[in-house]
Amino acid sequence: MARLTADGLLKLKEKVKNENALSKDGYTVKITVHLGTCGIAAGGDVVYEALKEEIEESKRDDIKVVISGCAGMCSSEPNVTIGRIGEDAVIYRDLDAEKMRKIFQGHVLGGEILNEYAMARIKEPV
Amino acid sequence: MSENNSKAEEIVEEKAEEEEQEKKKEEKVIPYLEDVPFFGLQKLIVLKNKGIDPELIDEYIAKDGYQAAAKALLEMTPEEIIAEMKTSGLRGRGGAGFPTGLKWEFANKSEGDIKYVLCNADEGDPGAFMDRSVLEADPHAILEGMIIAAKAVGAHQGYIYCRAEYPLAIKRLNIAISQATEYGLLGNDIFGSGFDFHLEIYQGAGAFVCGEETALMHSIEGKRGMPRPRPPFPAHQGLWKKPTVLNNVETYANVPQIIFNGGKWYAGIGTETSKGTKVFALTGTVKNIGLVEVPMGTSLRTIIFDIGGGVPKKKKFKAVQLGGPSGGCVSEEFIDTPVDYESIAKVGAIMGSGGMIVMDNQTCMVDMARFFMDFVQDESCGKCTPCREGTRHMLQILEKITRGEGEPGDIDTLEELSEVIKDAALCGLGQTGPNPVLSTLQYFRDEYEAHIFEKRCPAKRCPALLEFEVDEEKCIKCGICFKRCPTEAITWEKKQPAKIDKDKCIKCMTCITNCPSDAIF
Repeated sequence: MARLTADGLLKLKEKVKNENALSKDGYTVKITVHLGTCGIAAGGDVVYEALKEEIEESKRDDIKVVISGCAGMCSSEPNVTIGRIGEDAVIYRDLDAEKMRKIFQGHVLGGEILNEYAMARIKEPV
Repeated sequence: MSENNSKAEEIVEEKAEEEEQEKKKEEKVIPYLEDVPFFGLQKLIVLKNKGIDPELIDEYIAKDGYQAAAKALLEMTPEEIIAEMKTSGLRGRGGAGFPTGLKWEFANKSEGDIKYVLCNADEGDPGAFMDRSVLEADPHAILEGMIIAAKAVGAHQGYIYCRAEYPLAIKRLNIAISQATEYGLLGNDIFGSGFDFHLEIYQGAGAFVCGEETALMHSIEGKRGMPRPRPPFPAHQGLWKKPTVLNNVETYANVPQIIFNGGKWYAGIGTETSKGTKVFALTGTVKNIGLVEVPMGTSLRTIIFDIGGGVPKKKKFKAVQLGGPSGGCVSEEFIDTPVDYESIAKVGAIMGSGGMIVMDNQTCMVDMARFFMDFVQDESCGKCTPCREGTRHMLQILEKITRGEGEPGDIDTLEELSEVIKDAALCGLGQTGPNPVLSTLQYFRDEYEAHIFEKRCPAKRCPALLEFEVDEEKCIKCGICFKRCPTEAITWEKKQPAKIDKDKCIKCMTCITNCPSDAIF
């Protein structure tokens, strides 16, 4: 990586912003697994493993997975946020491996939000 | 009998209600995040990047990351940075609330070629996890804050003192430091400005007192982590006797946005004396446990009841504990107190680093004070006598009271010891250690008196003061205690009240905690 100048920083910002927009990078789904210590303690790593397996089985290469820190409401962990291109993102709560698999099949692949596990929707495009 | 029936009905009704809620859940319309009170009522500055990938520097840069550092290094003089920080009104988020701009100014004016910038990530208050979450979710914000501080004071070396019990935070910090170094955002000649700044992590080995600034510096120097008297203050003689600035994680996380958006922008949030937002780790008997960032001046009621969702059903709010072992509790009477440094101090607690523990009517305040005194006593480094001996005596008295052996005069002794320790202890640990006792005495003196004079624990939490008998009038014959008892000390049959065999009972409190009708005394 090259050393950054102030100009370079701004250019990089724009570049990353553009690439991160789902339409530009070839991805149609972005899944954020909230893995702070609280999420991992609640079983978030197991949820993440299940998600990875599901993605592999689905043979889809347009699904982007991001690991982030705590989403804020630790008592609702493990949390996973799912954003499909052109739709509101949905943050799910109290997940386990089985629920994750259901959500993957239902929401990610099928486009149906699983209301019983959903906590909130997020307007901004992911 | 009729009362018992109505209790049973109540339980049935509740079940029906729960089922109905389950149904509603399935049919519900999912609210937008900003319409969920837990999220909607927060104002995010420190936590604004919480959804990004903390292990990718580009993600941070896409959120305007390192632009404040570029501005500070290329366009601003140290004096201008300090002036901006003073305008912002930011005060130390570690709990003491010292104005950050002023602290930097002292270090800036201190003479010397070698100066240090340190970050205190030795978060240790029981129930506090704000700093850990910030470090795990957005480590680059801390790095950027420290770069700006380094420029302001003229330091070229920094250390993040992070407790070793935070392995994930340390891992993500290390990744952040190596990525920032590759981009030339740490190291020599950052942004071609000619300014050098190197940053390393120092892992703390688990002593609570190392969160105290002078003890922290001793620890980095490789010495035993013990505080020393001040002055000289660290701004004049800190790490290796060089001028040093030490700030808390949350303080640094605010800095980039203050420089990026301007001090005036920041000063527009909060109250007259406390600017900006504060992150609280909301925990205890409250529905929504988690991180809450609110503007200064938000009332405790809003945080606990609107954002936190209040205490779960069937329990009643009793008090909230702020500031951990250095802080105090606030009773229901003062629940409308706004959170700012001064108002919280007025009601006998402290802002502290952000721990907020909600307690219900099943919490014994004497036992709570005993817990914190046990913690302080355990963590006392032993250097000064008031803290080493005084807290031990206070703990012994509190243990005596919770065992039912309290004597008249114990409360006076506790108060006297508290005053002496507060005045005479060497560092903040001892000086604030008696606070949990003093504030519970202020609001819940009657509970201490009930323990001492009536040998009774009103909250039913002190096993030595309980009979472990079943009140047959109150018992609703549900059998929950029978099913939960780990030593099979309880006999029960359908439609019969439970009985406890005291020879088998180990006083583990399981039956009392789970009894739905408060029938065991």
